[in-house]
Amino acid sequence: MLKYLEAAILTCLVAAPVIAEPLGIGRPALPEEVAAWDIDVRPDGLGLPEGSGSVEDGEVLFTDQCSSCHGVFGEGTGRWPVLAGGFDSLESDRPVKTIGSYWPYLSTVFDYVHRAMPFGNAQSLSDDEVYAITAYLLYLNDQVDEEFTLSSDNFTEISFPNEDSFFPDDRLTEEAPLFSETFCMEACKDDVKITMRARVLDVTPDGGGVTEDGVVVASADTTDKTSEAAEIEPADMAIDADLAAAGENAFRQCKSCHQIGEGAKNRSGPQLNGVVGRAAGGVEGFRYSNAMQDAAEDGLIWSPETLAEFLEEPKSFLKGTKMSFRGFKDEADAAAVIEYLKTFSSPEG
Amino acid sequence: MSESTKTTRRGVLKGAFAAGGAFLGAGAARATGADPAIMELQPWSQALGDGVDASPYGMPSPHESHVIRRNVEWLTADPISSVNFTPLHELDGIITPNGLCFERHHAGVAEVDPATHRLMINGLVDTPLVFTMQDLMRFPRENRVYFLECAANSGMEWRGSQLNGCQFTHGMIHNVMYTGVPLRLILEEAGVKTNGKWIMPEGADASAMTRSIPIEKALDDCLVAFKMNGESLRPEQGYPVRLVVPGWEGNMWVKWLRRIEVGDQPWHHREETSKYTDLLENGTARRFTWEMDAKSVITSPSPQAPITHGTGPTVLTGVAWSGRGSIPRVDVTIDGGNNWHQARMSGPSFEKSMHRFYYEFDWDGSPLLLQSRAHDSTGYVQPTKDALRAIRGENSIYHNNGIQTWLVNEKGVAENVEIS
Repeated sequence: MLKYLEAAILTCLVAAPVIAEPLGIGRPALPEEVAAWDIDVRPDGLGLPEGSGSVEDGEVLFTDQCSSCHGVFGEGTGRWPVLAGGFDSLESDRPVKTIGSYWPYLSTVFDYVHRAMPFGNAQSLSDDEVYAITAYLLYLNDQVDEEFTLSSDNFTEISFPNEDSFFPDDRLTEEAPLFSETFCMEACKDDVKITMRARVLDVTPDGGGVTEDGVVVASADTTDKTSEAAEIEPADMAIDADLAAAGENAFRQCKSCHQIGEGAKNRSGPQLNGVVGRAAGGVEGFRYSNAMQDAAEDGLIWSPETLAEFLEEPKSFLKGTKMSFRGFKDEADAAAVIEYLKTFSSPEG
Repeated sequence: MSESTKTTRRGVLKGAFAAGGAFLGAGAARATGADPAIMELQPWSQALGDGVDASPYGMPSPHESHVIRRNVEWLTADPISSVNFTPLHELDGIITPNGLCFERHHAGVAEVDPATHRLMINGLVDTPLVFTMQDLMRFPRENRVYFLECAANSGMEWRGSQLNGCQFTHGMIHNVMYTGVPLRLILEEAGVKTNGKWIMPEGADASAMTRSIPIEKALDDCLVAFKMNGESLRPEQGYPVRLVVPGWEGNMWVKWLRRIEVGDQPWHHREETSKYTDLLENGTARRFTWEMDAKSVITSPSPQAPITHGTGPTVLTGVAWSGRGSIPRVDVTIDGGNNWHQARMSGPSFEKSMHRFYYEFDWDGSPLLLQSRAHDSTGYVQPTKDALRAIRGENSIYHNNGIQTWLVNEKGVAENVEIS
């Protein structure tokens, strides 16, 4: 700890500002130049432009410009950020950190939407549009009612429920003393047990274990010594719970045509219980396209791989399929949905 | 994909052992016959090679084509706002080659034309200023070696061993010599007002990245850098100019730096509220956790760098770093933490830079549990993952500097594990 203090004092000495004569490099910034770039907003309202926007207008804008990634209700599609809900989840095993459940300040929402959103078309929204989208996000998080209009006048009156949960870094006082204790060098342990193994999970990407010139990783030794790992099913049907959870979100796009789970019935698409691993065209009572029936006769099996190909662009994978879905733009979404589908492994759901 | 991966791995595994056959047991055995590598005339020993200029910007040997940054696709929604990883297991020394420095973008790589790039200083200053790149080149420069580590490095390992390879568990780091202008000189040129307590750097890319940094740090050791390892910054590292914030989390090192505002309070922007805050088990969260704690990892042997030479003399190596100083010492264990050995440090030791360590030992072919433990110049000793979890729980994503364990089996194959 003493060493810490010494280091801190040293740093202070070095950090003492040195007053130097300006070198005369650069030129004064024009007020309009500063105005063009200085768009940042602070919790106290500094930097907030004049303007206003309603929840009602925000809903239209959000649905049009934001929902393809964040979902119509801010629930997030694929791995894109969830923006709403998650209240009372911060102490759980799977906290959902949203604007409403986690973010400390409303100004952060306005500032970020203004500077960086929509993704791929940043700074295209007018100030009033940013107000409206911000208002809608407040509404989605149950902070205001549907009649609400957010403006430069009432902006700083709004505070978020989680604001007081943040505190400054205290690692130097809470952790450093514990981690600066004397350390053991010899005969430190009675015995050593392996408690978890990465390979059982098998989520390392290709190339992780292997290099092209023949140096390798994977071994034939699959005995696993851990209880946690032992519960994971082998091979292709091992389920990544995080990915499956993301897939549940992405599956919303499929729900208008497909049912899954207990009591799922055929709708405009076949029910999907047990689809991963079963033969294509195999659900009783569903009228498949001729194309699907032909593929089934040719022995098409819905493995994770074939499903991934199909879901990327259904109509090019299987010309003539009845499925009108245009395909997942993002492979990650397809992978997540497949993972979700795998969780319904039995035909009954 | 998992199926094909396995097929590939098995195929390659076989290949490796065939190719490595000559080395297996090399410690004791003599060659059984004359070595064709010696007896046969190699093509490069007879024919002429390329002349100069065949490759005006030189590239590594094709035999090194596997030494690349890699991505973990399932981590993020889209590669435009994502991260890839430095192949630490293939590197040695302390400097990361420019093309292998991991990338983290929030809106893709901005392709900035330096001729139309400007750096603006505004806010609580006497004179708001605009600099061109040419202007920046007229300030006195400094050369400094610093590591840049993403606060989320090893973040996937909070709940247990997950990714098999130090590239993935520890590869969100690089160590580079920067050439740049002390930020202090640029701020003094504009004249910071006495109530100027914070700065907010901002990027020129489509994410317009912003972070709040206290003025003490800004005036201490931050650099406005335009060169890395002697050449211009790579586009993916912020060409033409980035902020260097030594020892502090990588997200603050704003790339494509176009503006620095001076203020009297922090801004609490997205990357310092929604992200880069450390959620604890009780639902509260630490913020402004800027410094990177002391950390180390064994880069070889490791899952991507198994022992292929059989028993006998074996080189264990790795890297260590601390955001609070230098690394005078690293301990290594090969028996899962029962007995530790002080590793041999080699290469320059700079503050807030990577350090290289080695431990040479005679491998008897029995399974190993490898760990390294860094000590930094403040007296801090790298904790175990369980010691961190006891304080922080498993939800904090960031700042996981716990001790890493590799299991090496009797074949020399290594795996990411956790031990009691």
